[in-house]
Amino acid sequence: MKIVVCIKQVPDSTAKVVVERGKVSWGDAPLIMNPWDEYAVEAALQQKEALGGTVTAVTIGDESTKETLKRALAMGADDAILICDPALVNMDTQAIAQVLAAAIQKTGGVDMAFFGRQAIDGDAGLVPAQTARLLGWPALTLASVIKIEGSNVRVERGIEEWRQIVTAKLPTSASRATPRSWAFARPRAPKSRPGRWPSWASPRQLLSSPGRR
Amino acid sequence: MNTWVYIDHFKGNALPASWETIGVGKTLGNVTALVFGSGIEALAKAAFEYGADEVLLADDPSLTDYRAEAYATTLSKLSAERTPDLLLFPTTTRGRELAGMVAIDLKTGVMVDVTALEATGDEITAIRPIYGGKLLTKETCSSRPQIITLRGRAFPKPAQQAGKSGTLTKVDAATGEFPTKVEGYSTSEGGVSLTDASVIVSGGRGVSNNPTLTPPAGLDEKQAEIWRAQQGFALVKDLASVLGAAVGASRATVDAGYVPYTHQVGQTGKVVSPDVYIACGISGAIQPLAGMRTSKVIVAINKDPEAPIFKLARYGVVGDLFQIVPALTAAFKKKMGK
Repeated sequence: MKIVVCIKQVPDSTAKVVVERGKVSWGDAPLIMNPWDEYAVEAALQQKEALGGTVTAVTIGDESTKETLKRALAMGADDAILICDPALVNMDTQAIAQVLAAAIQKTGGVDMAFFGRQAIDGDAGLVPAQTARLLGWPALTLASVIKIEGSNVRVERGIEEWRQIVTAKLPTSASRATPRSWAFARPRAPKSRPGRWPSWASPRQLLSSPGRR
Repeated sequence: MNTWVYIDHFKGNALPASWETIGVGKTLGNVTALVFGSGIEALAKAAFEYGADEVLLADDPSLTDYRAEAYATTLSKLSAERTPDLLLFPTTTRGRELAGMVAIDLKTGVMVDVTALEATGDEITAIRPIYGGKLLTKETCSSRPQIITLRGRAFPKPAQQAGKSGTLTKVDAATGEFPTKVEGYSTSEGGVSLTDASVIVSGGRGVSNNPTLTPPAGLDEKQAEIWRAQQGFALVKDLASVLGAAVGASRATVDAGYVPYTHQVGQTGKVVSPDVYIACGISGAIQPLAGMRTSKVIVAINKDPEAPIFKLARYGVVGDLFQIVPALTAAFKKKMGK
């Protein structure tokens, strides 16, 4: 089972966020792993524990973003990849999804990609479904229970009215919506070896995404 | 402007935000409603009555259950053929992901969970909350069609005009194999849905530890703690049921296992915007506030006069919620003749 989990570094949810000269600023508030992405990492690790395999954490950002990758490694991820390119700032969700889809393809042989349902800075919640769409994979969004048997995945999705039970074949992508697994997460011993630190630049053609100006 | 509105529904029952979205579309010009499903002609009729000028109806057994891939492909194909200027969706679980997927197919952007908008010519400027509602951002989209999802209850619901009709156009569902299969549904908690509710009664940690209660004998410490919390939430539920309100909860109570996740309001739960939000024993840390700060009237009940929730609340009661909440329930029962 080869699992990729896509994560984002965001300002702490208690940060005082203000606008200074048209730019968002959070002062010296700490940067953390997006809380929803912690659920996704946890969900990925649970699948790895049940089925074997590897979990690779992927993020987009500058050098400081390594801190969030270290957190993923401390939680139990095997590898971490930083996609680092000065051109990759202020992207809209379509562009982010293109970069992540390219990263998942470049990683190769990925069975499943996990995401948090949304990031607490942009609050868009589009990247999981958009990345799946670009890959041509089923998007099992807002999943609370995820069961994998052979090449079949079965999830329970939280929708407004009921829980929808959906099945699909691997490879697939899921976005994690409930903290349930996190509430019952048990601490894992951090790895003694450091993760890999490949730093990828993005192919330029990825940057011609349409979108906001 | 040629505006399309996606009508989100579950088993033929439209979510109210769908009608609000038609209302917004009508302020911009003609509205074409998209009604996808199986055996859903009644829904097309309702779309006309809420203001749609035209309905594109994809009524096909393959669309019986919502599946993102089948619905998105059907929608993208229609949009590519008929080139609307603007696609509007309600920001529901389905609306949000469909908007995202269709944007990928049509190589355009999405302005998501928008709470206000204005049009200049055929260009929309949209305002939406970010950072859990701490900031608002103003966005435009340079590509076409523009795709926008609208936050529920942020816009008025238009009045239903019985008997109003319009142009009904039947369209085909996308054909082909789609990778997901819906096996069925399991019921979640009953009661009023949080996101549609006009009144929410919400409980926090304060509800869960009534010191005057003695748990029944034979419970271990954890069971006693949950028992205490359930007694507290029973008071919240009583008040909610008198008011026809939904029950909300803070993350602390959900994480502790007192209340199912479906009730969680806040940064990692549901974002709600009711007319009245009654916060019982919620101190008002930043995370739960992120989920309810746009409520029209906030009522806070807390024994700590310094609790941050009082800064946000229009009405505050400093006192013991275990006395105040039952007293409110009794008063509303009397007032409403229940």
